Amino acid sequence: MRIPIDTFRLPNGLFVTLSEDHTAPIVAVNLWYHVGSANERRGRTGFAHLFEHMLFQGSADVGSNEHFELIQRAGGTLNGSTWLERTNYFETVPSNQLELVLWLEANRMGKLLPAMTQQKLDTQRDVVKNERRWSMDNQPYGTWWEKLPALCFPPEHPFHHSLIGSMEDLDAASLEDVRSFFEMYYTPENAVLTITGDFEPAQTRKWVERYFATIKNGKGRPPLPNTMMPTVFGDWKREVVRDNVMLPRLFLAFLSPVFGSPAFYAASVCAAILGLKKGSRLYKTLVRDRQIAAQAQAFTYDLTKGSDLLVVDVTGRPGVTGDHLEHEVAREIDFMHANGVTKGEVDRAVTLLETEYTAALQSAGERADRLSMFATYFADPSLINTQVDRYRAVTADDVNAFVRERLSENNRASLLYVPKTGTMTMKRTGEFAGVKA
Amino acid sequence: MTAGAETRSARKRPGPLPSRPYQFPRFERRRLSNGLQLVVAPVRKLPIATVIALIEAGSVCGFRGQEGIARLTAELLLEGTESCEGAELVERFERLGTSVEASADWDGTIVTLTALRENIGPAIKLLGEVLRAPAFPEREVERLKAERLAELLKLRAEPRGLADEMFTRVLYEPTSRFATPEGGTEESVTAITREDVRRFYDWRYQPAGTTLVIAGDITADEAERIAEDTFADWTGGDDLDLCKSSDAPARTTRALHVVSKPDAKQSEVRLGNVGLPRRHPDYYAAVVMNAVLGGLFTSRINLNLREKHGYTYGAFSHFDWRRQAGPFMVSTAVQSESTVAAIEEVLVEIDRIRAKEVRSEELSLATSYLDGVFPIRYETTDAIAGALATLVQYELADDFYDTYRTHIRAVTTADVLRIAREHIHPPAMQMLVLGDPETVLGPLEALRFGPLTMYDIEGRVV
Repeated sequence: MRIPIDTFRLPNGLFVTLSEDHTAPIVAVNLWYHVGSANERRGRTGFAHLFEHMLFQGSADVGSNEHFELIQRAGGTLNGSTWLERTNYFETVPSNQLELVLWLEANRMGKLLPAMTQQKLDTQRDVVKNERRWSMDNQPYGTWWEKLPALCFPPEHPFHHSLIGSMEDLDAASLEDVRSFFEMYYTPENAVLTITGDFEPAQTRKWVERYFATIKNGKGRPPLPNTMMPTVFGDWKREVVRDNVMLPRLFLAFLSPVFGSPAFYAASVCAAILGLKKGSRLYKTLVRDRQIAAQAQAFTYDLTKGSDLLVVDVTGRPGVTGDHLEHEVAREIDFMHANGVTKGEVDRAVTLLETEYTAALQSAGERADRLSMFATYFADPSLINTQVDRYRAVTADDVNAFVRERLSENNRASLLYVPKTGTMTMKRTGEFAGVKA
Repeated sequence: MTAGAETRSARKRPGPLPSRPYQFPRFERRRLSNGLQLVVAPVRKLPIATVIALIEAGSVCGFRGQEGIARLTAELLLEGTESCEGAELVERFERLGTSVEASADWDGTIVTLTALRENIGPAIKLLGEVLRAPAFPEREVERLKAERLAELLKLRAEPRGLADEMFTRVLYEPTSRFATPEGGTEESVTAITREDVRRFYDWRYQPAGTTLVIAGDITADEAERIAEDTFADWTGGDDLDLCKSSDAPARTTRALHVVSKPDAKQSEVRLGNVGLPRRHPDYYAAVVMNAVLGGLFTSRINLNLREKHGYTYGAFSHFDWRRQAGPFMVSTAVQSESTVAAIEEVLVEIDRIRAKEVRSEELSLATSYLDGVFPIRYETTDAIAGALATLVQYELADDFYDTYRTHIRAVTTADVLRIAREHIHPPAMQMLVLGDPETVLGPLEALRFGPLTMYDIEGRVV
């Protein structure tokens, strides 16, 4: 399986990737801007994400919310998302509607500011505050999204602060911030455009040139503050959160090699051995055999600068205390650190990852998003075709080298949620006996 | 969205090219000698395939007091067979690069896996063992029951899931199966024994009540050969009654249900009534009406609550389609202080869609979206297999996916008005608000929606 790839760059720096697939009359358009919460300045946490909302509020030739309406009327799906290192915008539409999408994306990349008003900013600020309440403040364990990076990265590090932002910082965001952020980061040279699916390449290239080539660059983006991190934390960092939850839940993070680096693939396989699906170690031992946990999983953040994080996420069974949960998870990690993993475990993990990767690439939108990712981070979208081989090349020795270096006690950060009022316990009948302090 | 903006820029907007033809993947139905049905859609995009075993064992099946048995039985399939214990079974699937999901929805049990081409034969073989010879070990029965109890405990701190569950509880009459969660309650799950699971399995898991759907890089002949090898000697009764439950509402007049969650930063709001069954002739018009009212991002309810007022991150309505009448409901989470203001806007939108025909631009937005997005929904083998399972589950015509878009385009503004009037019932609506009583109770009482009942998070009336 090989995804066909063609790339070119416009004189203004916009990097374009085309990947044809004519099995269905649909086309995906995907833009990554190389800006995320890491680029926010002090006192403006959450701004990159608030700004993403503003990109749906119209541009010089597009009315407020009209972007959504035009794409939906065309029979398409669309959205955007913000992450620590990037912001993306994407549409999948019937293939005969491609030109409209390119025009819309170019219009907001080139001419966003004339449409920005104080009222739109105020409304989206309220929407984002409700998004924060919905996804975080009013959701059990929801705050882990901001507490875990804050625990793992030092205060001055660009990955330390909250992606969705504090209520105070959201309040402080002004139209002037919108203008300067746009001029700094939403430029052709700081973006990549990917088109996948059913399109005619010569015609598509003409459209891309017509709509995007005239867009000017700004003054250039400021460099990120230093992202360097040591390979290990140096000690065991701990935070306990007493919260409105019923069951204890532990997030145990390890500094790990950045996404795309040779050692990353071993780390990713290690995460899959620990916590991908029911045959994984943590599930087998903690959920199935010893019945201490209600769920167990592990994953990587896939950060490309400074350090990545490998995170183990385990929820306790009723009656299990937070301390007990942490102790038992640590025991499993210690065991792996001392004894390593087997070839059979590596094979299981790699085979599962390969199926997942192939399944994901069926969708034009997924293909486009991954091509944009490799184009943004490594200026090489063709890396999409090398991932399966890189996973297949991982040996038990590679994983064990990672395990020895990174699963040690001095490279752990635990964020432990425990019920505010004590642990809920259950009588044998299944009735809830109430609260024990 | 203003008229000014549209005329100003209409000149510049590129229009569409002629649309390219699309056909939902061709599929073939075959039947094995033992009655098991096979549905195969060969799709040769990538070397991958999805398999779904659909079993006539939905959550509406089973005995009173044992609610949750369909889901528990489905999950237990993977916990060991006569020749292979659970952990080993999981390992064998995962070494084939696949994992099996097994669960029950209201109208069927669905067991599904996706595997690379080279593993699909062995994976189906193993799936056959799972479906035909589960062992239901006592230890695993008890473990999965305990996991369901943990899930129920966890739910009490999850406002969204809890509001959904409490809403359906107050919507249907207590004897309806729909009034109890699909996965069962503490009481019903605790009551289920291993023998009950075995009995349920023997009753509902029959070749004649099972369909194997395969979509992906495989031919119909190849699929049939594998299915024959795996299932042909599976025997069982050939008559399987469909399960039914009452779908009658709990009340014929409005009522307000408030679940107290002190200090909640948002209120979860659910508002609606019992809707209509999936095979109802008004299906297409109901889908379109819902899209205009609250189904799309650009729907009336979402634009009003989110984009006009900023009360919420999102507000939506939907019909929950089942063989019998599932709920129709509006759902949103709003800032606590704005709870009643937001509810008032939802009520305005419900009145409005029942009072007057929608504008033709609103209708065309909904129908052109549903028409255009159709091929985008079926890009993957699991989406195609899922669509075919739906076809079987609701006994839809074989040309359902070929004619869907024509039916959607035929819906008129008059149809939308009629549907809104016939299937949304303001005088009988139930409303549930899960939130901070100190903030919401006073304003809610002033709203005079209907008689108010207060509950704690365990669902007890207080």
